[in-house]
Amino acid sequence: MRFTFDGHAYRGEPGDTLAAALLRNGVRVVGRSVELGRPRGVFTAGPEEPNALVRVGPDPMLAATTVELYDGLEAWSLRGKGRVDPDARDERRCDKGYLHCDVLVVGGGPAGLAATVAAGRAGARVILLDDQPRLGGDLLNSRVTLDGRPALEWVDGLELPARVLTRTTAVGYYDHNYVVAVEQRPHGERLWHIRARRVVLATGAHERSLAFPGNDRPGVMLASAARAYANRYGVRPGRRAVVFACADSGYEAARDLADAGVEVLAIVDPRPDPPPVEGVEVLAGQVVTGTSGDADGVLNGVRAGDRDFACDLLAVAGGWNPAVQLFSQSQGRLRYDEELLAFVPGTSAQAERSAGACRGLYGTSEAIADGYAAGAEAAGQSGLSGHGPRVPEDDRRPPRPPAAVWSVTGPSSEPAFADLHRDVTVADLARATGAGLRSVEHVKRYTTAGTGADQGKTSGAVVVGVMAALLGAQPGQVGTTTFRPPYTPVSFATLAGRDRGELSDPVRTTAMHDAHVARGAVFEDVGQWKRPWYFPRAGETMAAAVRRECEAARTGVAAMDASTLGKIDIRGADAGAFLDRIYTNVYSTLPVGACRYGLMCGADGMVFDDGTTTRLAETHYFMTTTTGNAATVLDWLEEWHQTEWPELEVSFTSVTDHWATVAVAGPRAREVIAAVAPGAVDLAFMRYAETDVLGMPGRVFRISFSGELAYEVNVPWRHGRALWEAVLDLGAVPYGTETMHVLRAEKGFAIVGQDTDGTVTPQDLGMSWIVSSRKPDFVGKRSHARPDTARAGRKRLVGLLPDDPAALVPEGAQLTSGEGTPALGHVTSGYASAALGRSFALALVREAEPGDRLTAVCGGEAHPVTVCSPVFLDPGNDRRDGLPLTVEVGPYQGEPWPAESPAAAFAARFQAASTPAARLREIAFEPMWEVRGADPGMGLALGPSWWLVTGNVPPGPEWVDVSDQRTVLELSGPAAEEILITGCPLDLHPSVFPGHAQTFLGRASVLLERRAPDNYRVYVRSSFTRYLAEWLLDALGGIYP
Amino acid sequence: MLLIPCPFCGPRDETEFRYGGQAGIAYPDGETTDGEWAAYVFMRDNPKGWFHERWFHAHGCRTWFTVERHTVTQEIR
Ligand SMILES: [Zn+2]
Repeated sequence: MRFTFDGHAYRGEPGDTLAAALLRNGVRVVGRSVELGRPRGVFTAGPEEPNALVRVGPDPMLAATTVELYDGLEAWSLRGKGRVDPDARDERRCDKGYLHCDVLVVGGGPAGLAATVAAGRAGARVILLDDQPRLGGDLLNSRVTLDGRPALEWVDGLELPARVLTRTTAVGYYDHNYVVAVEQRPHGERLWHIRARRVVLATGAHERSLAFPGNDRPGVMLASAARAYANRYGVRPGRRAVVFACADSGYEAARDLADAGVEVLAIVDPRPDPPPVEGVEVLAGQVVTGTSGDADGVLNGVRAGDRDFACDLLAVAGGWNPAVQLFSQSQGRLRYDEELLAFVPGTSAQAERSAGACRGLYGTSEAIADGYAAGAEAAGQSGLSGHGPRVPEDDRRPPRPPAAVWSVTGPSSEPAFADLHRDVTVADLARATGAGLRSVEHVKRYTTAGTGADQGKTSGAVVVGVMAALLGAQPGQVGTTTFRPPYTPVSFATLAGRDRGELSDPVRTTAMHDAHVARGAVFEDVGQWKRPWYFPRAGETMAAAVRRECEAARTGVAAMDASTLGKIDIRGADAGAFLDRIYTNVYSTLPVGACRYGLMCGADGMVFDDGTTTRLAETHYFMTTTTGNAATVLDWLEEWHQTEWPELEVSFTSVTDHWATVAVAGPRAREVIAAVAPGAVDLAFMRYAETDVLGMPGRVFRISFSGELAYEVNVPWRHGRALWEAVLDLGAVPYGTETMHVLRAEKGFAIVGQDTDGTVTPQDLGMSWIVSSRKPDFVGKRSHARPDTARAGRKRLVGLLPDDPAALVPEGAQLTSGEGTPALGHVTSGYASAALGRSFALALVREAEPGDRLTAVCGGEAHPVTVCSPVFLDPGNDRRDGLPLTVEVGPYQGEPWPAESPAAAFAARFQAASTPAARLREIAFEPMWEVRGADPGMGLALGPSWWLVTGNVPPGPEWVDVSDQRTVLELSGPAAEEILITGCPLDLHPSVFPGHAQTFLGRASVLLERRAPDNYRVYVRSSFTRYLAEWLLDALGGIYP
Repeated sequence: MLLIPCPFCGPRDETEFRYGGQAGIAYPDGETTDGEWAAYVFMRDNPKGWFHERWFHAHGCRTWFTVERHTVTQEIR
């Protein structure tokens, strides 16, 4: 396999990591340290690597010890810090997936494998994660035997009753046994979200280093790493070696290195009475006191006591640290083990158990035995009682306790590094404690020790040991810093997955969206909705377009897509009584067929939402909400009903996506209505008619948000485009949200969330008239009598006229009565008005009366303004009834636009993307109803007393027609479930999934139904259909062979 | 990511829910002093330990319900 490093061409072997391949090619210097620019070499053979950080493609910083070599790989060393190349092309397709299991085993070494076998045989659903391409853990790196055979034969002979994910690193352990892992896949990473009943952590241990002068030279390496390169990769990490063995693993490394052809000159062991080693000198009671280097800084000598050894490899065995990072993330408490000289898992905080080396059981056989026990226990078996698998016997002696040596001071002038990655030396730590820092957390922040990409995996114990010595304490008293996710670095691309670009957040669109695009609308984001902001004609500026649209609405007829307004169907004998308690005004006495504008307040008395609610029948109301608040209002209604007034018989059904709504406004609006909805032409103001619209059943409301004669015409979603095209064909000028804002502001209509901010009462808006004093109570009523709410001098809604009629006062401008005086309020809306021939503004301001002079200050500008009534136009509401029909208007004769489902435009793309593995299509239109109360005996249960019925069945009396509220997509084929788990957090296992459920798919709320194995239906709200269709197409494109 | 037991749907991820704050805050009956009313509107407990709180399964069955959660260990019972 060919690869390049810093532009030089090399060859490696399949199975190499980049680090192994570099060592294979004799590359000793692999980078420069981050602060001091010192040459550094490969130090470890795993994710704990502090030195060998490289840039590969768009990845600015990867550990070369974790990069699998591939043909053509190009890697670059880091000079100091990593840098993101904003121009790098990232071809990866990262995504995510959700998994569920009874037992999650993290780590595929001896303990984890044994746990997997035991839990799987006990019948548990098991997932096994391991970060390496091949299972075995440290057995891959060692030459240990089991029952006299190479240990990997035992690994290869195991039947693993589990979903096994290799190349997968668990990086985060969160509440309620939620583990997040990153899988390296050929086309990009997958972020797995795994929910487990029980977790077995078998994460192994990391060898640690210790601090001695010159311990950072290329050629100084952990003994376990030297052994791994020799045994696993067949790479000699040096020719002549000295082993610094504070722990017995150094002896194993010495033996393996010697067998691999490395000349081992000496073993330096600080402990007394070391065992003899054939052919190698052992310096007992000695330590390495310094190193020397060649012109490049690469190791060429080691000093131990009064002895100097000419060598190019120093293998350091400082002892082992159980890899307790995930355990600690799970909020488990660590305990310092005085014999192991390491922090080990103490008390678990979750349904979790550590097994094997990660709790200090370093022997292979004892790790396997512990794994069997942990797996059986996790699967719910109490003890193995002799029936478990036999534990094979390894060929190693029990290790002696390691030497309690954390740092060596010597005569050398070379720095002794505690943290190689952050270039933190023993002297730096001494400065920190000398400055009075006692807590390891403070020392970490002061010195940055442990804050590198490696998070101090090899250095943490050294820092604690050195601090303990400096403070005259025990390491257990010093403690560790908090381990936080992620365990290894995770790129933002991985976290983002497929939620990028168009899919980064759902875009909700209306039935008329394509029509708006075709007319060149400029869109505005309102919540997740795309709404036309204005409709510029060729070469027209925004100001000119808005002026033209306003003029059309004030002098002719104009139309707006109002489909985004929230719409809630409210039914029940107590619906009126319920609304009386929610709104500030009265609805129980509203005549059938009448509409009423209403305000809702929070319990704190502040305005929360507004809209029009219409009484369709005695026990049937239809509520509209603001676009941005639709979901919040529905939640609000259900909260009060369920938690305070469950005795009221009332139910709520969202029909926002069922209806497409066109607002037709202007003195000539009646002409358009006469053509599209003749039955509504004689509607009085604030009245409603259920009538044919273009021959389809529709609803027309005569309500106005502009002061002009206006109608809101509703048809089922699939006819929305037809209605819109007909209305425009009849001469209505399309207008967007900006014109809507200008028109309403001219009339002084406040917009909740723009002219209010959660501190504004109806009285503050000058709307005391809408607050009933006759009702015994409504939400917020008592708060209106609170001293602060009732006091004089609160900010109130006023109008402002700038002295300069051309000056646009910016929203947010502060209002003062003179220089150096405190702000009295701020501008909430400011526009240029065609009708007024000048600019104007709305503001919330205190202690201001009409005629008062104020200054609006924003940035470097100050606008003198005069306070006035917020109603700028037609205070007598004389324009409300528009112009009478002067000509006979017949029904609309144009060719009707065909009915369109929200997914109709995707049919060809669905077909093209479908494969034998996964097929995607839209299910043809069928009537649908939501049913409340008594079980209809059919359909899908959505909640308590709540069903969705689909099909051509005769509807019950109070069923709510929601035929157009949802679109049904079908995903089928053997890969369907694997696609769904990339966006659906539910457990779809047949033993758990009830057949259908409301949940998420991607970032859209859906109803997911399994019709048959490999056949799913996804019911998605019509406005989310485009998003979900794109999401599914993107997912289908992600099935790799 | 908490796993919250919905009484209708069973355990679901926290992202499907809306938090509803402390449970058992009754709407005051009859006349209230300003202080009593303010306590109802604004004052909530914030214990270190077990806490009765409301959750709303907004993206599922749309049921409001009460659970007891330990604010330190996140245990739910
Ligand atoms: Zn639920």
